[in-house]
Amino acid sequence: MRIQNHPILNFEKGEEIKFYFDGKQISAFKGETIAAALHAAGVKVLGKSLFKHRPRGFYCAIGNCSACSMVVNGEANVRTCVTMVQEGMIVETQKGKGEIL
Amino acid sequence: MKHVDIAVIGGGPAGLCAAISGASSGAKVLLMDRSEKLGGQLIKQTHMFFGSEKQYASVRGFDIADILLDKLNEYKDNIEIMNNTNVLGLYEDGVITIERNEKYEKIKPKSIVVATGASEKVLAFPNNDLPGIYGAGAVQTLMNVYGVKPGKRVLMVGAGNIGLIVSYQLMQAGVEIAAIIDASPTIGGYLVHASKIRRMGVPILTSHTVKEAIGRDCLESAVIWKLDENWNPIDGTEQEIETDVMCISVGLSPLSELLQQAECKMKYIPELGGQTVLRNENYETSVEGIYVAGDVSGVEEASSAMVEGYLAGLCAAQKIGFKHKNYNELKEDYIKQLESLRSGPIGHHIRSGIEKVMGV
Amino acid sequence: MLIKTGIPTIEDIKSVFPSEDRINKGPVAVIECYQEIPCNPCFTSCNRNAIKDFADINDKPLIEDELCNGCALCISACPGLAIMVVDGSYSENEVLIKIPYEFLPLPKEGDTVKGLNRAGEYITDVKVIKVQNPKSFDKTPIIHIAVDRKFLYDFRNIKVEEV
Repeated sequence: MRIQNHPILNFEKGEEIKFYFDGKQISAFKGETIAAALHAAGVKVLGKSLFKHRPRGFYCAIGNCSACSMVVNGEANVRTCVTMVQEGMIVETQKGKGEIL
Repeated sequence: MKHVDIAVIGGGPAGLCAAISGASSGAKVLLMDRSEKLGGQLIKQTHMFFGSEKQYASVRGFDIADILLDKLNEYKDNIEIMNNTNVLGLYEDGVITIERNEKYEKIKPKSIVVATGASEKVLAFPNNDLPGIYGAGAVQTLMNVYGVKPGKRVLMVGAGNIGLIVSYQLMQAGVEIAAIIDASPTIGGYLVHASKIRRMGVPILTSHTVKEAIGRDCLESAVIWKLDENWNPIDGTEQEIETDVMCISVGLSPLSELLQQAECKMKYIPELGGQTVLRNENYETSVEGIYVAGDVSGVEEASSAMVEGYLAGLCAAQKIGFKHKNYNELKEDYIKQLESLRSGPIGHHIRSGIEKVMGV
Repeated sequence: MLIKTGIPTIEDIKSVFPSEDRINKGPVAVIECYQEIPCNPCFTSCNRNAIKDFADINDKPLIEDELCNGCALCISACPGLAIMVVDGSYSENEVLIKIPYEFLPLPKEGDTVKGLNRAGEYITDVKVIKVQNPKSFDKTPIIHIAVDRKFLYDFRNIKVEEV
């Protein structure tokens, strides 16, 4: 799902890194957000809603709406659309509000 | 507490121009942006801009970001840049609180330009929360900044400029567009944008809206239906469209939370995107020393956001004793540029919105 | 109807086309800018003053066909990609039409590609005569296409099949 050739843009990819999504290893490139890396790997469901447990994906992708909140390295409510992915990062689907303590 | 002459909040087209303008007037400017990279939404605009040479017409948006950053660099002695910085609060005593590197800091500027931009609206229909239903701007970020395709087949909801431009850009990225629909009986965006996507074979269906989205964990298809002349859906006109990405492009609303915290007078002005701050012709709000520029002062095109930024930065500097040596000529020119950008038939709704915003 | 579908009518198209006499004399620009919008790069890019100065930036462009030599500089300057150049002097049965094309893959000289109308529908096979993509065009290449004369008012786009 990555763009290979583009008539206007040249994508300069960063170094290839690995991170974990719900225990599964995923490849990504340095300099991209967690949400972008997950989307490139075909992962669209990032969380479950608080009461009805409905699937949640990102909506705005620029840090406004918080629909993309996930648990990152144990910390809940991280906006994955504006947080850069890092080597070895542990990313988990967020259920509801997430544990803050 | 850190002291500066002018604090500019937001490093998009309006904020960059406000910082350049304030610094070129001789003021010390602090430019803050939540992202790593300055430029705001310019960095994902791959199309050529409209307007005149003064607003960089015919140059692609991401190249305009680089032009503005070079200009910013010319005044680097007068500009401090804080990226990855979240502005948390704007208090009644003029103090700004920020979070940067996981630290909480306070700033006391003599004047402030708020250029926080706007956020994408949502549309109400059953299952509108399914993953795969994204703001059109979100999809633009995903594909043009990160090089990731949003999916295989897109239904674009909204035939304004953003909907039309993003559809075209999706096709450039190799993604199929099932259709562009809009509830309005006519296309809202520039017709040249509509024609260039239509001649790629993409249907544009006016007087159509979404009935419902269908899917278990993610969007799998969408049902659209036709609207009558009173915008009521017509039973029996339903069509199910196979799509894994629905882009919502039904307008933006100003990101005005900071202005509301500072108790700037606001008004609901639909023509400008919703809750909009009142201001005078210098782009100063009802709170002395707080200026606005760009989409937060009323949702419009990036071309006018840049001119508003130049004007607000110029006035914010003059207010605190840094009068640009060509203050009068520059101010007159910026006002003229804005008038001409808004003077045609397409600027009608902006003009009627601005009439309601003036008067503090 | 253009404002509902994005497709100009034949009357719209003919209102901005030069006369067939002018077209048959040699290359000339056709500006399909049917709406008053704040934009003037076509004027600033024209170095022959064929596109008249805008009294108001929202004016629709006005072109003096006799001054235009079809140089095509305005094609890649137009943010709306609304301009093409037509040349009726190309051959007895064909006109040469120069269009902007911002997609990959680009066609190659000598290719036969699908000719499309303003609704994106296939009308006829067309031949690629030349592909211009210098740096100054800033990623808006111009493709020269030989098109059967009878499609003068219909042809507006091409479809290049992936190999």
